[in-house]
Amino acid sequence: MSGPVSLAELLAAALIVLGSGFALVGSWGLVRLPSLMERLHGPTKASTLGMGAMLVASVVWFQLGEGVWTTHELLISVFLFVTAPISANMIAKVHLHRLRTGEQNEAAGPAGPPAPPPGSADWATHEAPHQGTPGDFAGD
Amino acid sequence: MMRRLLPHPGLSALLVAMWMVMVNDLTFGTLFLALVVGVAVPLFTAPWWPGRPKLRFLPALSYAGVVLWDIVIANFQVAAIILFKPSRDLRPAWLTVPLELASPEAITVFAGTISLTPGTVSADVSACGEYLLVHALHAPDPAAEIAKVKARYEARLKEIFP
Repeated sequence: MSGPVSLAELLAAALIVLGSGFALVGSWGLVRLPSLMERLHGPTKASTLGMGAMLVASVVWFQLGEGVWTTHELLISVFLFVTAPISANMIAKVHLHRLRTGEQNEAAGPAGPPAPPPGSADWATHEAPHQGTPGDFAGD
Repeated sequence: MMRRLLPHPGLSALLVAMWMVMVNDLTFGTLFLALVVGVAVPLFTAPWWPGRPKLRFLPALSYAGVVLWDIVIANFQVAAIILFKPSRDLRPAWLTVPLELASPEAITVFAGTISLTPGTVSADVSACGEYLLVHALHAPDPAAEIAKVKARYEARLKEIFP
């Protein structure tokens, strides 16, 4: 392709570079942070904006370059925002469980194992929900 | 009558919007199909949705704006920590956040928000439903961090889920 660079190309390229930069930082966090719970922070955050910037790049490209509005990117980001905390939560719960059962190769991070909550109840990973609480579905 | 036909108006609206966004085509035909889906799906799945949380729409919109903004800020903060803060200076901590929210939906949104925003991941809820276990990537002052999430998100959520 020859000729001057269009605005669409410039904007989309800048957004893609920004997005991949954040994805790279997120992955680097996965490598360098000290333990599992800290590593969980990298992919849940740095990559949401990374993905977001790339999706915006896609919208910009189709709008300015081809003259059509695309909405699929919106849907992708919504699903990303809904699912990212859930996978992080499941990994954290497995970590809590393995810490409690004294699994080998499961090291507590610099913060140590979490203290149980005040009162008589334990965390829900270790104990079934009490009656009459938000997690109790037996009464429905 | 309306109640019978539309047991979950919010879910219906969401389905219509989702369908339109997915098809990415603003014509009468797709809108009609979207409406059919939006009415039929809640109608047939109503027995599996026993609880119906009341929800205020306007505070929810402003909440979404606040959270989106915080996600952008969070990304820069976490990126800065990952790139420039040596591990020995990092102060990860477990936070036990006392909950004032009572409905499961509100607690779920609260936990999800915490996971998406500055340096915090929600890990667990207590079996009595009164505390949330949150891991912070860098919290030299855990009490201040707890006060921050409570003031910024929980207070707003209490308005959305009265």
